[in-house]
Amino acid sequence: MNSDKKIFGIAATFKTPDEIINAAKKVTSSGFVEFDVNTPYPVHGMDKAMKIKPSKLGFVTLVTGLSGAAIALLFMYWTMSVDYPLVIGGKPFFALPAFIPVTFELTVLLATVSTVIAMIALFFRLPDNKHPLHDTEYMKSVSADKYGIVIESTDAKFDEAAVTDFLKKLNPIKIEVIYYPEEETYPIFQPKFIMLLVVIAVVVSGGTYLMLNKLMYITPFNWMMEQDKLNPQHSSELFSDGYGMRTPVEGTVAKGFIPYPYMGQTNPTEVLSNPFLPTKENIELGKGKYFTYCSPCHGDFADGDSRLRGQFPNPPTLHSNRGREFSDGMIYHIITNGQNVMPSYASQITREERWAIVNYVRVLQRAKNASDSDLIEMNKETGSNVTK
Amino acid sequence: MNIDYSQEVPTVAGRLTPAQIEELVAKPMETKPNKKYFIALSISVSLLLIGATFLAFSLYYGTGLWGNNQPVGWAFPIVNFVFWVGIGHAGTLISAILFLLRQKWRTGIARFAEAMTIFAVMCAGIFPIIHTGRPWLAGYLTPYPNQHSLWVNFTSPLVWDVFAVSTYFTVSFVFWYVGLIPDFATLRDRTASKLKKTIYSVFSLGWRHSNRHWTHYEKSYILLAGFATPLVLSVHTIVSFDFAVSIIPGWHTTIFPPYFVAGAIFSGFAMVVTVLVFVRKIFDLQHIITLDHLEKMNKVILLTGMMVGYAYAMEFFIAWYSGVQAEQFVFINRAFGPYAWAYWIMVSCNVIFPQFFWFKKIRRSIPIMMVIVILVNVGMWFERFVIVVTSLSRDFLPSSWAYYKPTIVDFGILLGSFGLFFTLVILFTKSLPVVSISEVKASADGAQPTHHGGADHE
Repeated sequence: MNSDKKIFGIAATFKTPDEIINAAKKVTSSGFVEFDVNTPYPVHGMDKAMKIKPSKLGFVTLVTGLSGAAIALLFMYWTMSVDYPLVIGGKPFFALPAFIPVTFELTVLLATVSTVIAMIALFFRLPDNKHPLHDTEYMKSVSADKYGIVIESTDAKFDEAAVTDFLKKLNPIKIEVIYYPEEETYPIFQPKFIMLLVVIAVVVSGGTYLMLNKLMYITPFNWMMEQDKLNPQHSSELFSDGYGMRTPVEGTVAKGFIPYPYMGQTNPTEVLSNPFLPTKENIELGKGKYFTYCSPCHGDFADGDSRLRGQFPNPPTLHSNRGREFSDGMIYHIITNGQNVMPSYASQITREERWAIVNYVRVLQRAKNASDSDLIEMNKETGSNVTK
Repeated sequence: MNIDYSQEVPTVAGRLTPAQIEELVAKPMETKPNKKYFIALSISVSLLLIGATFLAFSLYYGTGLWGNNQPVGWAFPIVNFVFWVGIGHAGTLISAILFLLRQKWRTGIARFAEAMTIFAVMCAGIFPIIHTGRPWLAGYLTPYPNQHSLWVNFTSPLVWDVFAVSTYFTVSFVFWYVGLIPDFATLRDRTASKLKKTIYSVFSLGWRHSNRHWTHYEKSYILLAGFATPLVLSVHTIVSFDFAVSIIPGWHTTIFPPYFVAGAIFSGFAMVVTVLVFVRKIFDLQHIITLDHLEKMNKVILLTGMMVGYAYAMEFFIAWYSGVQAEQFVFINRAFGPYAWAYWIMVSCNVIFPQFFWFKKIRRSIPIMMVIVILVNVGMWFERFVIVVTSLSRDFLPSSWAYYKPTIVDFGILLGSFGLFFTLVILFTKSLPVVSISEVKASADGAQPTHHGGADHE
């Protein structure tokens, strides 16, 4: 026996499950703590004989399973109700019954996978291929059909001679002293195995590269990019004029556009009446559009004080008697049709927005030419006390 | 090693010692494959290559090569998907549900059935992905932050399916691997080859058969079985939701989840019996996978076959009882319409032929059993065909009715999926222990302490 070697423990091998249970009981009752039993399969009653407490693995499962459920529900709530709410099949954004299947699946997935990972990594402290027990005769026999017990040298009561005697009294078929390996060997670092890993790494990374960066750009995978269809603004051989785009049939009305029949006429006021009530929202809309399209020339309060510094002729004020006597239809017509140097705004401002501007112009006109009764009315409405 | 083959062994492993069990199970991995093995492998690889060729054509020219068209847009790919997922269910049932029910006879067949689950789910997974037409974009099925800032529709059964099937595959695989760890350790300590030893060492993770580990290990097995049991029921339930959540007459029924689960177990057991009959013969495992196992599985087939038959009858009853005209039409059309041939193949294979299993002699006769289980496999494939095709081909609008005909490419890909399945099974039988060594050792005679033995030993 080489005395330089450090002892890991002393192992005894037995032939029957009854003997190993008995041995485990004896070892436990003699006060040994750092020992282990190795059997080719779980032997019933061994936990009791070794005084092992019930496994706490279930707590890992409980916690991770509940987290799986919570993660799934919160994620679906966030995606379907917060980040991008979509009405699907008339269901509410948070459609709990429809979320149950995915919640269940993620619960199971997280619980099982993390239970197994926790068991292997935390409870077993595996992988551990350089444990002293590996590659011993002892390990080979308990891996097959023998039952073994090993008392480890880290135990407080460990003494080589005493433990050997103690184990001999239990009638084992064999006693083996197990040493720490002289130099640690790593079968994983065999050249053949390293080569295998390198080959796998090259194949996987190369395959991924080719797949994502090459395969997607060759036929037929790129067929989505090359399609037999007409693109806007492109030429086509299908039509005799060579244009890909077609002009609409005469008289076509685009969606949302109502044709204006009074273009070019001077005064169609008799037939145009304002279809919109001057509600707060409508006036707000008109105000916004007025500031965008009208105020550069007409001024912020329709006084005709252009911001354009003479680059374009100043329009007259809208607070003149003539301006105030225009019917709503007339103002609408002027915006739509244009007047003198003022161009038509029909293409920039929608129909509704034009009527909203008309309402806002009326607001400005009344504000600029307020009467005493207006002030009383305003004080009443806002609860303020403004005097003249 | 001398094992007496002249007598049939009544229970798991019979009088075999642990060493003999190990020897038997490890033998296929330690001997060079013989001629029969290569013949079997070449047949299955040929099927696989036929399927791969047709699939390559489909990917190049597009899914127009298939028979799918309006109104039958689901057709073969979905039929095959449901068929293969169903096959997988037997494995989880044997490994998880029978484990929780303390059915010891499961130990001999659990490993193999679990492996078949994994392979069947692989085959199943192919079909919905190729059915999308652009399988290389399958990543869109997962919810990931993307440039469209869109998420998948979590209220859609098709998304539930993605989660159910991928979870099912992962959990089955993890369950299978946990069972394999002690066996890898045993193989590691048996082998003389250095390379094999390295590979087994890596996969065994340095397992030491320590009882301090077995405690947690057994706990984890119960936990995994406890999760796998509702999981396996949920998977085919969710597969049935693909149909039941729609409003197509013949699909929109509440009986679908239990009906699908029963059908899945039915077809799965039939497939397990089909394959095990060969495996036990080829690898001399008659003592571990006994005739009793096969008989018990045949009983399960008989039971689930009658459950499926009950569901067929109940569908008709509810169609009549509900008073919904469209529903009534669909079921009369199923039994007497243009697809009546498929319907009656389904009924005879799934309901009538399994009735022979009432006779003990037939349950224990391998040739007759083989014929019946293969008919069950055929019948269960036709069940999915009937559900998918008859309902779609004649729905609400008579003007869009059409008769669906699969093309040769459809059949080629179906054949290829069988090729893939059997290739994986054949490779598995030679590279991994087809029977759980540690579990069978634990349930052999004399493997557990006698409980008074410890006291007598003094």
